[in-house]
Amino acid sequence: MTALPSQSNEKNLQAIDEILAVHADTPGALLPALHAIQETIGFIPADSVSRIAKALNLSRAEVHGVITYYHHFRSSPPGKHIVRICRAEACQSMGAEQLFLHAEAHLGCKTHDTTIDGNFTLEPAYCLGLCASSPALSINDEVHARVTAELFNHLIATARGQT
Amino acid sequence: MITTIYVPCDSAALAVGADRVAKAAQVHAHKNNIEIKLVRNSSRGMFWLEPLLEISTSKGRVAFGPVTPEDIPSIFNQGLGLAIHHPLYLGLTADIPYLKRQERLTFARAGVTDPLSLSDYESHDGFKGLRRALTISGELIIQEILESGLRGRGGAAFPTGIKWRTVASTDAPQRYIVCNADEGDSGTFSDRMIMEGDPFMLIEGMTIAGIACDATIGYIYVRSEYPHAIRTLNKAIEIAEAVGYLGNNILQSNRRFKLIVRKAAGSYVCGEETALLESLEGKRGIVRAKPPLPAIKGLFGQPTVVNNVITLATAAVILAKGATFYKNYGVGRSFGTLPFQLAGNIKRGGLVEKAFGLTLRELIFDFGGGSASGRPIKAIQSGGPLGTYIPEEQWDLPLDYETYTTIGGTLGHGGMVVHDDTADMAKLARYAMEFCALESCGKCTPCRIGSTRGVEVIDDIINDQNREQKVFLLKDLCNTMTYGSLCAMGNMTPNPVLSALNHFPDDFGITTTITTQ
Repeated sequence: MTALPSQSNEKNLQAIDEILAVHADTPGALLPALHAIQETIGFIPADSVSRIAKALNLSRAEVHGVITYYHHFRSSPPGKHIVRICRAEACQSMGAEQLFLHAEAHLGCKTHDTTIDGNFTLEPAYCLGLCASSPALSINDEVHARVTAELFNHLIATARGQT
Repeated sequence: MITTIYVPCDSAALAVGADRVAKAAQVHAHKNNIEIKLVRNSSRGMFWLEPLLEISTSKGRVAFGPVTPEDIPSIFNQGLGLAIHHPLYLGLTADIPYLKRQERLTFARAGVTDPLSLSDYESHDGFKGLRRALTISGELIIQEILESGLRGRGGAAFPTGIKWRTVASTDAPQRYIVCNADEGDSGTFSDRMIMEGDPFMLIEGMTIAGIACDATIGYIYVRSEYPHAIRTLNKAIEIAEAVGYLGNNILQSNRRFKLIVRKAAGSYVCGEETALLESLEGKRGIVRAKPPLPAIKGLFGQPTVVNNVITLATAAVILAKGATFYKNYGVGRSFGTLPFQLAGNIKRGGLVEKAFGLTLRELIFDFGGGSASGRPIKAIQSGGPLGTYIPEEQWDLPLDYETYTTIGGTLGHGGMVVHDDTADMAKLARYAMEFCALESCGKCTPCRIGSTRGVEVIDDIINDQNREQKVFLLKDLCNTMTYGSLCAMGNMTPNPVLSALNHFPDDFGITTTITTQ
């Protein structure tokens, strides 16, 4: 589990305000704004909800509802790398479930959790569009296919080296 | 002499090391004073051969694959394109049977061009459809689409021309073209290939739709799992705007069309058109009741065309080559081609664009070469997570919309996921319910609660807790979901569940007689 705070600091709040200013006049601005916040800060701090609501002329319930509805949005900081392993049918047919179990054991964390060292967050994915080269996973935006347990260990070791 | 070398930049190539291969080719060429021009092309869609490296020769492009960086010296050392005895040598790319036997209309440029090269696009029939559309009336454009017989390739197979005509004939201050690029079905990647590999084609198709329906704004709603597609689309839009294929005065015609890419946020149900519209409006992706149809009251309450990527891209082909050309492919009322996607446990997985009417057996064995594991194939799921499991006795039926409807199946978006004989169909049926529970938007009760109860009932069947009674209960529950749910999510989840139960009762520990009663 991560010990990082899920609240904003001054710098984050300033970044959030700047993003909201850019999106204030965009029709249907909430999703683009939330994406921009998450891309900048890594997650959507709980105490930014009222700020977002005010800037986009929405209720806090609407903003909270959207953040919690979509799997992609996070309310707490992820690890340095987000590992998404596909668990959908095509990957299942090529052993994705075993790969997922291997990943949990190798990283020492469960689905949606972050490793103790804060390096990796493990998430399920439901299709990465690499269904002819299963099983597939992504580490941040980088995609990998035909992943074996050995390749998984190698990818994790490489990512660790970069941190 | 400068030789052109091609290494794809499609995600499926990148995922198996295409960048490293491209780098190795450049480094090797530089070290050995070999003059090459490296092009990062789109993928041919033969994913078992990725990374596929092609070399242009006087006879055409020759291919090697799957290539690793370590293979580069041996491929290059015998002279570029001359290593015909190399173990990875595949001959002329165009002659590879997998490609040669296809009918590539929508995917004509796949693997041929550089996705972001406008000149490549233009020299391979690009923007011909748009140029023609600008010379005729919106009504005639719609007529052409109607006559081509094009139906929605996202899965619902609704006639595209009728949808466009409804939008065009509905009075409103603003109309929208929305591209559904939320390709969430497991086993499908054709939308991704178009967006990453031929983005100008989607831009062209959407612009044509905009002109036909007098809509000036288009949105492309792309899933967040496709970061490469989002980047490529944004770059392509920028390029198209800069030269006047998009913007306020398209090719000096006084017509305008603006395109905006929107990133989705990981909700499967947002692939359903009304949930998608809610999401575009900045709300939770909750399904709307129909009517009103989106064509009458869609995005921000305005008439909206919602079409899949392949549908819109294909509109560009139809305008360029004519309705008759397109309609000459296919069978019955399924006109044209479908880009099938061979996925899962398959030896030669990839994209096969063929006219409707071939059989699943041809697709899986002639093209796909059987299972990747070498074991017998047990079931093929056609049409994504909401599609039926097709058992062997149905593999010889023609693949067309009507035939599949009569067997209670669906072609959906053309994804075919192969499972070998190690697959546990009861487990896959349970997964279908579990996935529905995870992704249900929660608006209607049969889907929201039925999916969770479905998981429990299947668990009871698997664990032999009052098995016979629970089978009846599961069927009854599926009936409620099918007829009582608001959208395809709830009313099609029973497809994989019941087909698994009916065709593979052994996996549920029951005899055939129970399922047929």
